Amino acid sequence: MEPVRQITGTAVPLRRADVDTDQIIPSEWLKRVERTGFGQGLFAEWRSDPEFVLNQPRYKGASVLVTGPNFGTGSSREHAVWALQDYGFRAVVSPSFADIFRTNCTKAGLLPVQVDADAAEALLAAVETDPAVVVTIDVEARTLLAAAAGVSTTFPLDDFTRWRFLEGLDDIGLSLRNEQKIVAYEAARPAWMPSAGRVAAT
Amino acid sequence: MERLASHNVGQQPQTLNDKLWDGHVVHQAEGEPDLLYIDLHLVHEVTSPQAFDGLRLAGRAVRRPDLTVATMDHNTPTIGLDLPLADPVSAKQIETLAANCAEFGVTLYPMGHAKQGIVHVIGPEQGLTQPGMTIVCGDSHTSTHGAFGALAFGIGTSEVEHVLATQTLPQRRPANMAVTIDGDLPAGVTAKDVILALIGRIGTGGGVGHVIEYRGSTIRSLSMEGRMTICNMSIEAGARAGMVAPDDTTFAWLEGRPHAPTGADWERALDHWRSLVTDEGAMFDKEVVIDATSLRPHVSWGTNPSQVVPIDGAVPDPDAIADAGQAESARRALTYMGLQAGTPMREVPVDTVFIGSCTNSRIEDLRAAAAVVDGRHISAGMRAMVVPGSMRVKADAEAEGLDRIFTAAGFEWRSAGCSMCLGMNPDQLAPQERCASTSNRNFEGRQGRGGRTHLVSPAVAAATALAGHFATPEDIR
Repeated sequence: MEPVRQITGTAVPLRRADVDTDQIIPSEWLKRVERTGFGQGLFAEWRSDPEFVLNQPRYKGASVLVTGPNFGTGSSREHAVWALQDYGFRAVVSPSFADIFRTNCTKAGLLPVQVDADAAEALLAAVETDPAVVVTIDVEARTLLAAAAGVSTTFPLDDFTRWRFLEGLDDIGLSLRNEQKIVAYEAARPAWMPSAGRVAAT
Repeated sequence: MERLASHNVGQQPQTLNDKLWDGHVVHQAEGEPDLLYIDLHLVHEVTSPQAFDGLRLAGRAVRRPDLTVATMDHNTPTIGLDLPLADPVSAKQIETLAANCAEFGVTLYPMGHAKQGIVHVIGPEQGLTQPGMTIVCGDSHTSTHGAFGALAFGIGTSEVEHVLATQTLPQRRPANMAVTIDGDLPAGVTAKDVILALIGRIGTGGGVGHVIEYRGSTIRSLSMEGRMTICNMSIEAGARAGMVAPDDTTFAWLEGRPHAPTGADWERALDHWRSLVTDEGAMFDKEVVIDATSLRPHVSWGTNPSQVVPIDGAVPDPDAIADAGQAESARRALTYMGLQAGTPMREVPVDTVFIGSCTNSRIEDLRAAAAVVDGRHISAGMRAMVVPGSMRVKADAEAEGLDRIFTAAGFEWRSAGCSMCLGMNPDQLAPQERCASTSNRNFEGRQGRGGRTHLVSPAVAAATALAGHFATPEDIR
């Protein structure tokens, strides 16, 4: 993934709770075998409504999505993250995220910014009124600042994940530093455990 | 030394989840996620192509093809298996999985194979899913396998690539949540109703950050199929995973399955499996208690799985919901679902019934539905289909004559796959069609654009197909 140190940009307000992955990217889009080109499918059904927030010209070019709690609930499809990124979002701000969605974000380089409900509400309200409100998210300091919205807050990001964002590191290489430990673990696994290649005689 | 679960001598009492976790830690360091070993990686066509591409780009192999099993389930049609796929995009995804499995040496149960089926049905059925294992798949309903006392959870495509390359995953230890369900289930109330009632109570975010262990006399009395249904929908409560400590029901179900250990190995495995229980006095971070004796069959009315009522109830009034956000969600849901507040659920007409999905497509589910429809016929204008979870379930059902009961009643009898649970194959709802579905998600458009999904048990689905509106088996007797 690409390093992410600071994100500065305008935001789109999506005032909905429990936004599920089927809404973020409907399943018909999951048939593709590529990793790119999902932006068109982002919120595909909701975008058929001309009034939907992504269809409003005043929110064009935003890089931050601000939304309600439990964002990304539902399936494990990383395509939801790819769709948000492909559309142009670099961070999602919410009072809470579904577990798998959050993990997928951190693997693909989309920053999940969890703020308290009051800060999320203040930001939503400000951006709904004024699309020009600028949001600055600093990965190193773990801060979100939106002066025009009166919001200045911190967000949780464990040191390891923060380091991966700052350096743009992929997990696989990091895990393979433990190759000898993996080999040792494998040597201690019981032989009776199931293997795809071994079926009991019947 | 066998290290799948720590023996925990002289230490603090541990939960089952923590035992499984500790037994799979390959590497642990301050400030880093634990690196966990993965015992079984299940793969399907939708979330794997980009992961295999990643391996190719980096010049990496699949580290343990012997611990990796693939099948085709999401895109597969359930009729005309001998014909080319109608959708060229689906066909390409199916072909890509076959090519990737061939290139990387991964065992594949392709469309038409006797062992093909929904990934969460075939793992247990083949005996690949066993107590004490870590199991992952690029699919959120991997939580199903926790019914065997395994730590099983869904992952995204980047993590699929990570497991393919390393057979490990860096993970943060989740918190522990106990859901205790005690008492006998009333007649007509099933495992599906238990899990719908739980999600209705704690919400779709109620389990976030936690692994749920299901405990109590109700769980102990449930079959493996029932336990799988409950663990399956743990993700709908937002939980990282769900699990049930293994017991004699588990061992009896597993014995003799193709990948189950045999002879002396079976005895060794049993010794280990019997240690997989939460220790007396272990602490949970969160606890929920449910009285099974008070439960009724449940039906969802909204567009997320927490929006449920007992079938005797009515469509709720959003104005009566105290939380402003929940009230707004309910208003949106009623508009989408085309429902009026106050309408008794039994008066809501239904035009499609889907019996299938990784939640409720096992032999016991089909038996329960067949018992309701035996000798009767679906209501006029109803479209009803049964999609067995695997080709093995299909064959078993046909050997028992269940297919003839269903087809005589007017149901379509299909081949295995995810089918109308998410409509990636041709089995979809038309806009505004209303479906009683034994699946797991009632999200907007889940079963087809504009389609309206109501989550129910197989018994309620079957009775609803006969009645033409939501009904229990008692209603149609």
